[in-house]
Amino acid sequence: MTIREIAQILGASVHTAEEELLDKDIETAFGSDMMSDVLAFADEGSVLLSGLLNPQVIRTAHMLDMPCIVFVRGKKATPEILALAEESRIVVLETPIRLYSACGRLYTAGLDSR
Amino acid sequence: MEEEALHFHFDVDGNNFASAGEASVQVKRLLRQMGFSPDTIRRISIAMYEGEINMVIHAHGGDADVYVYPDKIRVVLSDTGPGIKDVSLAMQEGYSTAPDNIRSLGFGAGMGLPNMKRYSDKLEVRSTVGVGTVIEMEFISA
Repeated sequence: MTIREIAQILGASVHTAEEELLDKDIETAFGSDMMSDVLAFADEGSVLLSGLLNPQVIRTAHMLDMPCIVFVRGKKATPEILALAEESRIVVLETPIRLYSACGRLYTAGLDSR
Repeated sequence: MEEEALHFHFDVDGNNFASAGEASVQVKRLLRQMGFSPDTIRRISIAMYEGEINMVIHAHGGDADVYVYPDKIRVVLSDTGPGIKDVSLAMQEGYSTAPDNIRSLGFGAGMGLPNMKRYSDKLEVRSTVGVGTVIEMEFISA
């Protein structure tokens, strides 16, 4: 599933400086507000869904080579977070949908976890 | 017999939570330029990042030294923080002494040291209460 498709399914707004990143294919997803758990349990290259909003969410994703972060529950990324994401070549999506529902929609659409 | 290593030094700023992880990002970039495998680079950057976060949370920052050998990478994190009272307890998943404000930032779940152990091939923790902590990790490059 591409990042573009994920954004459509979640009705998300998209932040990236590189349009071509939206065509990147993603196979797995991980949802958590606890970054230590993301580092412990998430698969590399997954999309990260989180309701936590701070620069360390971007860094955590960067360490795991995650190409995309979805901020759920209507969280709006700050300019600082967006700048760090851009530097890390990570696409930021924002959706009003809650974490559980957002994960459910992606799972139903065929995005699995390993 | 130790082969000659490339040495990189980083200061970890303890006063700025937002900048925590900058050294790990740089190391990730350097190792990529040197052609190490993505899996090896990921293990190192995750473990080092956890260490950096720990230094910022608990020890007002510290020093990170990375030694790159042809077949392995050694990461040494040293601080002059409060030290770890019971290392074996700190190695248990879920044990944390981090304050609540850190938990609200997504860390302090008691996964830091366990993650460092999980992702490294060798982990050594030397800590003296009131003096500081030195963490040495070794990664065999795949």
